[in-house]
Amino acid sequence: MKPAPFSYVRPTTLGEALAALEADSHAKVLAGGQSLVPLLSMRLAAPSALVDINGLSELAYVRTDETGVRIGALARHAEVERDPDARQVQPLLSKALRMVAHATIRNRGTTVGSIVHADASAEMPVVLCLLGGTVTAASSTGTRTVAADDLYVGPLETTLRPDEIATEVFFPALPPDAGVAFDEIARRHGDYALCGVAALVRADASGVPTSVRAGYLSVSEVPTVVDLTRAFGSALPTEAELDAAADLALASLDPEGDIHATADYRRHLARVLTRKVVRRAFEDQASRSTGGAS
Amino acid sequence: MTAETTTEQLHDVRLTVNGVVHDLRLPARRLLSDALRHDLRLTGTHVGCEHGVCGACTVLLDGEPVRACLMFAVSAQDHEITTVEGLSRPDGRLSPVQQAFRDCHGLQCGFCTPGFLTTITAGLRENPTPSEDEARDMIAGNLCRCTGYQNIVAAVCRAAEITREDEEASS
Repeated sequence: MKPAPFSYVRPTTLGEALAALEADSHAKVLAGGQSLVPLLSMRLAAPSALVDINGLSELAYVRTDETGVRIGALARHAEVERDPDARQVQPLLSKALRMVAHATIRNRGTTVGSIVHADASAEMPVVLCLLGGTVTAASSTGTRTVAADDLYVGPLETTLRPDEIATEVFFPALPPDAGVAFDEIARRHGDYALCGVAALVRADASGVPTSVRAGYLSVSEVPTVVDLTRAFGSALPTEAELDAAADLALASLDPEGDIHATADYRRHLARVLTRKVVRRAFEDQASRSTGGAS
Repeated sequence: MTAETTTEQLHDVRLTVNGVVHDLRLPARRLLSDALRHDLRLTGTHVGCEHGVCGACTVLLDGEPVRACLMFAVSAQDHEITTVEGLSRPDGRLSPVQQAFRDCHGLQCGFCTPGFLTTITAGLRENPTPSEDEARDMIAGNLCRCTGYQNIVAAVCRAAEITREDEEASS
């Protein structure tokens, strides 16, 4: 398993990198390479050129303020996961990041790269969609911001153009009235999940939910977020409400079977995980609103 | 494709491996794992799945474990690379992790061992006193088809012990 030949450039400025991409419509950006290199080695992809952005150290940042977390294109998963400010401002990031492959892969793989690689089995795209984050895309003609809802169009396919580099992703801060949770089921530790769920619950001062949403990975062709608010009415979710939420979620999901799991099994996992993760998001919300947030 | 291959562009690549600087001319598509094994003849780094799953090719990049099969050699040139050949002590004796693998029978066929040794060496730097659960977590990204992992987990804990004994002896 060896990659097909490609030409290689390692620019030292973003301008050079964008010029190199513009010059060759079959060029690909290389950041962490943890998804791209296997695709090249198995010859599932054969770009004519790689633009290695690992020399653009100005993109290796995790910046946090009260509005949210900004992650540059060269920040490795491990750096985002360890960042104490990011963990505090948007706790769903570290909860999901520790499920991304293995620690060794997270040392090299980048969060931005994972998001624009657009694998519907990956964790970070669904987190971006659930939180309503954005991607900043630069090209030689300028910079634009793409909302998560407008980003994913199909498996491994985004609305970014071949001449654009995703330079940054932005995850909004967790609102003070909110709680989050994440879990997934995989065949083996570190494998792509058969099904994964991220949940975001917001509630009023008495704990009654005002918004309950869940994001799903590995059960659709693109990361899918389902609004489950109308299944809930009480401060502590009842079993019947959790069942209704799972029904509501499954009505919006159409999992496909593959060698790892049948469609029925994926539906089962989506049901079980919806109940479990939404309940945990409620608990997280309650603990935050009483000041006991971890 | 064939014509393209014969005229493939070569890049000057300077790799620093186990403290030694090597100057190579390589095609951009040369994986770091292959550059180590074929070009530098450092065959201690083993190549199993070649797509990042098995962990056998794990090396340390500036001290952090990474998969050598998921990096191009040309991208590795600004980094300090440590392979299994670079783990032993300066006087040639086995490192604490290597000694612990020997003490605890942490290997059988030995194919996966280099990846475990590099991963655990870095893991113990980050967490010098792992519990058994933390030891399991430390090696979760490496596959072994012989041992059933029990003795590898024991070796992680034993390596932590040897490191502590060394520190006490030298203080």
